[in-house]
Amino acid sequence: MKAAVIVFPGSNCDRDVASALRKYASAQVKMVWHGESALPEVDFIAIPGGFAYGDYLRAGAIAARSPVMESVLKKASAGIPILGICNGFQVLTECGLLPGTLLRNRDLKFVCKTVTLKVATSDSIFTRDFDRNNMVSMPIAHNDGNYYANPETLESLTSENRIAFHYCMKDGSVNDDKSPNGSQMSIAGILSKSRRVLGMMPHPERATDLEHGSTDGKAMFTALVNELA
Amino acid sequence: MTVANLKSAQEMGLTDTEYSRIKKILGRSPNYTELGLFSAMWSEHCSYKSSRKWLSKLPTEAPWVICGPGENAGVVDIGDGLALVFKMESHNHPSYIEPYQGAATGVGGILRDIFTMGARPFASLNCLRFGHEDHPKTRYLLDGVVAGIGGYGNCMGIPTVGGECTFDARYDGNILVNAMSVGVAATDGIFYARATGVDSPVVYVGSKTGRDGIHGATMASASFDEDSQDKRPTVQVGDPFTEKRLLEACLELMSSDAITGIQDMGAAGLTSSAIEMASKGEGGIELDMDLVPSREEGMTPYELMLSESQERMLMVLQPGSEDQARRVFEKWELDFSIIGRVTDSDHIVLKTGGKVAASAPVQPLADGVSYDRPWVEPPMPPQLPALPASLPAPLETLSKMLGGKDLASRRWIWEQYDHSVMADTVTGPGSDAAVIRIHSTNKAIAVTADCTPRYCMAEPKLGGTQAVAECWRNLTCVGAQPLAITDCLNFGNPEKPEVMGQFIRAIEGMSEACSALNFPVVSGNVSFYNETEDSNIPPTPQIGGVGILEDIDLRCDLALTAQCNRLLLVGGAPKHLGQSLFARNIFDGDFGPPPQVDLSLEQKNGNFVRQLIKDQLVTACHDISDGGLLVTIADMCMAGNRGITLEGEETANWLFGEDQARYILATTEDAVGIISEKALRAEVNLAEIGRVGGTRLTLNSGDAIPINTLNELHTEWFPSYTNVS
Repeated sequence: MKAAVIVFPGSNCDRDVASALRKYASAQVKMVWHGESALPEVDFIAIPGGFAYGDYLRAGAIAARSPVMESVLKKASAGIPILGICNGFQVLTECGLLPGTLLRNRDLKFVCKTVTLKVATSDSIFTRDFDRNNMVSMPIAHNDGNYYANPETLESLTSENRIAFHYCMKDGSVNDDKSPNGSQMSIAGILSKSRRVLGMMPHPERATDLEHGSTDGKAMFTALVNELA
Repeated sequence: MTVANLKSAQEMGLTDTEYSRIKKILGRSPNYTELGLFSAMWSEHCSYKSSRKWLSKLPTEAPWVICGPGENAGVVDIGDGLALVFKMESHNHPSYIEPYQGAATGVGGILRDIFTMGARPFASLNCLRFGHEDHPKTRYLLDGVVAGIGGYGNCMGIPTVGGECTFDARYDGNILVNAMSVGVAATDGIFYARATGVDSPVVYVGSKTGRDGIHGATMASASFDEDSQDKRPTVQVGDPFTEKRLLEACLELMSSDAITGIQDMGAAGLTSSAIEMASKGEGGIELDMDLVPSREEGMTPYELMLSESQERMLMVLQPGSEDQARRVFEKWELDFSIIGRVTDSDHIVLKTGGKVAASAPVQPLADGVSYDRPWVEPPMPPQLPALPASLPAPLETLSKMLGGKDLASRRWIWEQYDHSVMADTVTGPGSDAAVIRIHSTNKAIAVTADCTPRYCMAEPKLGGTQAVAECWRNLTCVGAQPLAITDCLNFGNPEKPEVMGQFIRAIEGMSEACSALNFPVVSGNVSFYNETEDSNIPPTPQIGGVGILEDIDLRCDLALTAQCNRLLLVGGAPKHLGQSLFARNIFDGDFGPPPQVDLSLEQKNGNFVRQLIKDQLVTACHDISDGGLLVTIADMCMAGNRGITLEGEETANWLFGEDQARYILATTEDAVGIISEKALRAEVNLAEIGRVGGTRLTLNSGDAIPINTLNELHTEWFPSYTNVS
């Protein structure tokens, strides 16, 4: 499989996600500079975490208008799967590939910790190796992860089974007041209508190796092998 | 150019004698710009004029040391063609005046020191000393400093993996913010701050120069008074996004051979970077001020040279590689300007409008001045009063200590730092030492930063020894072989003999520990003048240490696992309560002598424990430090969410004594015999002191407390302290 990792000035998880793609999805990875006007032929696109353009406007807002994003949009409509992690999720909402927006965390502080997630759907190429209601643990690390959308959007995300992950308590219960960032419905990740675009705040690439303490994120990369090889 | 006089020299912090010396060096009166160069280079911050004589006593060599003090950072060999590059630095004064930006630019500065040498930073730590928790400014300072460190480091994508934070009224007017960073480089790809090759282009890259931070180094070399808030404009403003681009651009260009010398513009900006590079290259340098990228119109050479605008670098390029270098920096949208050349004169020459604006010999500027300041022997600490006849129950004391400011979990702080970015953090904050794996090898690095200011205040020499020993011990606890240290020596006003006495004794103590433990100092920084209105901080020689784990799988941490069931004490029964947190709790103050540090015992016990970890005979390990044995054990219970039943003697001395060179190990029943045999052979004092299991911490007396309760009270203090509006 051939994968592209988009690199904006200020991206800082680009090398981490590239390394997970190589190791667990057996991918040939091409790092694509944000200024490129066209993407190479690829089977998969990752938009990594970080602080593209320093997040000096809204998180992801400037990056969403980078030259390369035009061809990312084209690839998306051609059905190429796209995974946006953390800042990548923010870029995906800013460029309109995913609905809603990510506000400043409820406590107005950056938060970095390992959280428990509840898999809300296994119906996507990213989550197909999980079972619905599986509990997985992965780190989060963000300032703006507080998912917000209007009631109609939330309604359609729910009815179309497009919520990928909820933050949950260790016992599996979902409690919005105790989510790490205040997200509506404790949403940690959502899918596009086509189910080929996933945006998520947690970092699966930081939960793949034994040394990470959790290997729950690995399944999201190994799942790609059979689908896209 | 305006000729300067004694009055302008005094305003710039120079003494009458220093001014006369400048006139002698130049053979004339300096102009204002030249005086600015001397003032910055001869400031305490840049010239180490009060400390140099004593710093030379620190051991700096070992077979694995590639580069010791004097460069941007220290470098040690870790095998496989790789080297660690690391340093710690203070940003105390700016952080007190403007906590967010002060702390943020402290992080920015230390990161630049690392990547200037060709290394990619992969771990940061910070050591914070705030005033009393009830002081009206403390919450504001804590909040701002932590947000500033996170704001910069998180954006850079470099994990912040450890550090220290304490509160003490003696830092009320002078907080400490020390930042450390560690990077990895190829041993054959280390870059030095040397301007060599006559006529080689001197290039300025990074941000434009503005009027911020002018004379910051001079500010850092004076005490605080009530007008210090007026110095807010001398605090620089950080731009981590630019620094991230600067990092990537520098590392990209460093993969070719275009750069022959490079130095970041930190304290004293363009002045110190140009002069230090020329000095190390044993030549001269000529700069055209009109070509320096500036943020504002009409900046004078004086302002351009003295500005401490952040995120800037000075490089000397291989002639002919200018275009290649320019392309890299333009790709990253950074300023790139050839502003001068290396010369074979021994002068720094600044030009503007084609005319010489300043000219001074490099060597006297770089050499600075050195003083042998008068000093007095530090007084002995007040005696420890006799303990009251009836003491609170041990678990009550434990709860109070774990739930109080000294020992409460620092989670509130480190959850604001990205500690897992780069996906290499194996053991993050909250452990004895952080462990980070090294790509393309099976190795890992351990890092920690330590100092116990109350010990240093009581007996500076012992405090210096203890800080180094504790750092070495913390690396040992995770199974690492300690390699070397960086230091950040925070002291009061060196012109006061009692402060100078503290400094000299602390260095002596550190020196003894470094020699005995083969743990040299490879980089560091001195921060004097931590004084506000005649009140000086406790001596705080902060020690940052690195160690190596040759096999990442043979590591250890403090969490009790399901496999272990026996608890061992290495080093003998603790008994020393002087300067302990227990005594602080009882007497509401710090009394008595600190615990002695027996360096040969440290080495014997430490090497024993490290070997047990390598032999995979230990499942958890934690040293006894602040709070004593009971706190150590409680930490292990909380980390692994498992209980312990103690079988020890349970006197206050045994439970709360802070004797050094002691470790608590958790192991399996089967391993106890082998460990005992090994201890006997190594002549190490070993005792079995309890059983691991259950969900409570239970004493011999039958008193018990659930681990969940311990965890709750341990994590309560910071959130409730910071939530008060």
